[in-house]
Amino acid sequence: MATTTSAFHKEIAYISPTRQRVMGVVFLVIGFAIWYLFARPLEPGLTTTFGMTPGGVEAVVSDLVLPTLATVDLLAILCGVLGIIQLVRPGGFKRYTNLVLGITFASFVLAFLTSAAAGKSFNLAGLMHSTLLKAVPLTLGAMAGILSERAGVVNIAIEGMMLSAAMTACVAASITDNLWFGVLFGVLTGAFYGVVHGVLSIKYKVNQIISGTAINIFSMGITSYVSAKFLQPIQELNSSGTFKPIEIPLLSKIPVIGPLLFNNNIYVYAMFLFLIVLHIGLFYTRWGLRLRSVGEHPKAADTLGINVFRTRYMGVLLGAMMAGFAGSYFTLGSVGRFDEVMTAGRGFISLAAMIFGNWMPFGSFGAGLLFGFADALASKLAILGVKIPSQFLLMAPYVITMIVLAGVVGRSQMPAADGTPYEKEST
Amino acid sequence: MSNQKQPAKPETPKKDAGQIFLEEVTKEPPRHLPRWQRMLQAAVIPVLAIFTGMVMGGIIIILTTPEVYIAFRESFVQGLKASWDAVASAYGALLVGAFGSPSEIIVALRSGNPELIYQAIYPFTESLVAATPYIFAGLSVALGFRAGLFNIGAEGQLFMGAIFAAFVGYTLKGFPIYIHLPIAFLAGAVGGGLWGFIPGWLKAKTGAHEVINTIMLNYIAFRLSDWLLTGPMKRPGSANPVSPSILESAKLPEFFGDPVRLHLGFIIALLVAWLVHWYLFKTRWGFNLRTVGANPSAARYAGISVAAGIIIAMTLAGALAGMAGGNEVLGVNFNMAMAFSSGYGFDAIALALLGNSTPLGVVLASLLFGFLRNGATRMQLVAGIPIDIISIIQAFILVFVAAPVIIRTIYRLRKPAVEEEAVLVGGWGGK
Repeated sequence: MATTTSAFHKEIAYISPTRQRVMGVVFLVIGFAIWYLFARPLEPGLTTTFGMTPGGVEAVVSDLVLPTLATVDLLAILCGVLGIIQLVRPGGFKRYTNLVLGITFASFVLAFLTSAAAGKSFNLAGLMHSTLLKAVPLTLGAMAGILSERAGVVNIAIEGMMLSAAMTACVAASITDNLWFGVLFGVLTGAFYGVVHGVLSIKYKVNQIISGTAINIFSMGITSYVSAKFLQPIQELNSSGTFKPIEIPLLSKIPVIGPLLFNNNIYVYAMFLFLIVLHIGLFYTRWGLRLRSVGEHPKAADTLGINVFRTRYMGVLLGAMMAGFAGSYFTLGSVGRFDEVMTAGRGFISLAAMIFGNWMPFGSFGAGLLFGFADALASKLAILGVKIPSQFLLMAPYVITMIVLAGVVGRSQMPAADGTPYEKEST
Repeated sequence: MSNQKQPAKPETPKKDAGQIFLEEVTKEPPRHLPRWQRMLQAAVIPVLAIFTGMVMGGIIIILTTPEVYIAFRESFVQGLKASWDAVASAYGALLVGAFGSPSEIIVALRSGNPELIYQAIYPFTESLVAATPYIFAGLSVALGFRAGLFNIGAEGQLFMGAIFAAFVGYTLKGFPIYIHLPIAFLAGAVGGGLWGFIPGWLKAKTGAHEVINTIMLNYIAFRLSDWLLTGPMKRPGSANPVSPSILESAKLPEFFGDPVRLHLGFIIALLVAWLVHWYLFKTRWGFNLRTVGANPSAARYAGISVAAGIIIAMTLAGALAGMAGGNEVLGVNFNMAMAFSSGYGFDAIALALLGNSTPLGVVLASLLFGFLRNGATRMQLVAGIPIDIISIIQAFILVFVAAPVIIRTIYRLRKPAVEEEAVLVGGWGGK
């Protein structure tokens, strides 16, 4: 585990022959499944119409009309070809195996959508936009986890921090009638919990999972308490309004991706900004190196004169503030009012996204998009008239995380000293 | 403890994370003291933690009562009086709600009218009903702790237990109660056990940390229940996601007449607590399990299979939590609905720590939480304090039990001879 510091630059060069063969078979099976499940029952001659403009924006591009059967067949053949290459070529796709797995998986989903919307029209851009929006709190929450865990402190309290921040942000914004105050109070709430979590787990060396659980229970209690006592009787405290989308000139005029990416509220832009800043900060600055070093090998860091406790406090605090920011999204960025237990486990999915993304900012963003897609698709299933229960799609993030954690699809590399309190040897 | 100046501190051997954790969980006062004194000493921190937790709850109540602020604007003394009134009325209602009113009980007992007696003891028995799932769930987490495992998934196991128990409860027809009820109850244990087996097996085989897997399984259980209750297990003709009612032959029998709901589940819970105690401390298997928790490498050296120990411990922990779910379905609700548990699984972590991971301690802690929960219902009605205050109190208690240093600092207690600072569980990835 000592080599994890270089995990970012490390390339997995060797893929075992078994894994290569298993993956090849998996690709073939997916290809076959596409044909069997989606192409076979289709009647020829149908077309699928994909709307390419998200709702609320004037159409720039015309809808995409695809011949259903041909598209699905093509996707099935693509997966089959990829599977054969993986099996026949020496070493298969080597280190791109997981990428190819992603491609086949995406083909499967696309084939599913194409065949489900056969003869109908389906707003694909709307689905993509909703995916992005659902990925925002997950990615922000995952970055909260990364900041804390890269410094070696496990944070399962993201859920609780988000929930409380969602409430304080909403109340503060309602009272002051200024959304930015709401954001500020959300972040401050996160910081408060960060201090609690930090003091408990770094100073008092309380088990970090117990400390996190306590924060979750407390947050659940206090938000429901305040909501029942104040927010429900006095509605003026609980009507913050939301940030309106800001259209970025020129960029938002790009076909397809313009309205998707450049016509959003500040949370989406902030997420991208934080992603870049955190990525550069973690991997290309002295600050990031120090942060990671106390998470990997605190003793060595201490020997080099890095203040382990202070660095860990900083990581936990910044992470908690990020969680607070993510929490304020639920009220100020999405609904405009606070409901009891409104985060509904999103904090734990953030945790899952962090693990799935291998404790990397952009990896977590990818995971957030995947999980967000499952969430977005779940609410569209009824529109498509598909028989699959939406609950199974909502389950997907959790199942995928367990599979990744078990090492079936690549192993995630956690910081080596994650979860271990640091004890300075007494002098 | 860096500010402690101890010259020539002896070199402490490097402890395994599980070992330190078990020491914390099973900390016992020195042996040379008489038994009652040892028990007293072991109870100091939990009792003070509970007391401090209640005080913190009181502070929250004061801070959120508008009358207090109005009174403070008049004069300081008035403010203090208003604060006292707010807390006294809230906690007074809590006590009456939890235990019943003493005068009413005496009057009822004198009259000898069973109906009046039932009315009078109703609050107390209701607290016991509320404590029952806590006992099962607390035992679940405590058993995990003993094996060095962190079962944060009691909530999901509870849901699976409830689903299984409910399913058997309404589908199996035409059996007498002494066959149907045990099968339904055991089905609950099997459902929970399955949900405990999965993370146990994954940990033993791949090293995947049980904390993450149990969290994930919690949510999988919620979604699965949601699907079952809106789909295959939905009550015909009902608009809500709720299962059909279980048959009479699957209901846990009640001891008294209406309205007292105290049922056999409570006795089963006590019995199971005793069984867990016997298993952990009087049998070879229990010893093996505790050895796996205390020192996996020593266990391996002694020929105990660590993998098997982990799987067994998680499965048993899951089964215990599943019984909590089965108990709620078969004894209280008589059907399965999504809202049947309000965080028993998470409170169970506090229970296990509060009870020092001993079955007796868990039972006592569960009784306390049962009283709190039941009393809070009345507090909400009478004093207008939302029931969620008990979650806040429980969170405080959890923090104080987990960080005895805080309690020691507040009450200026001396540090005990036994080291008890660090509570450790390894990181995420296992190994």
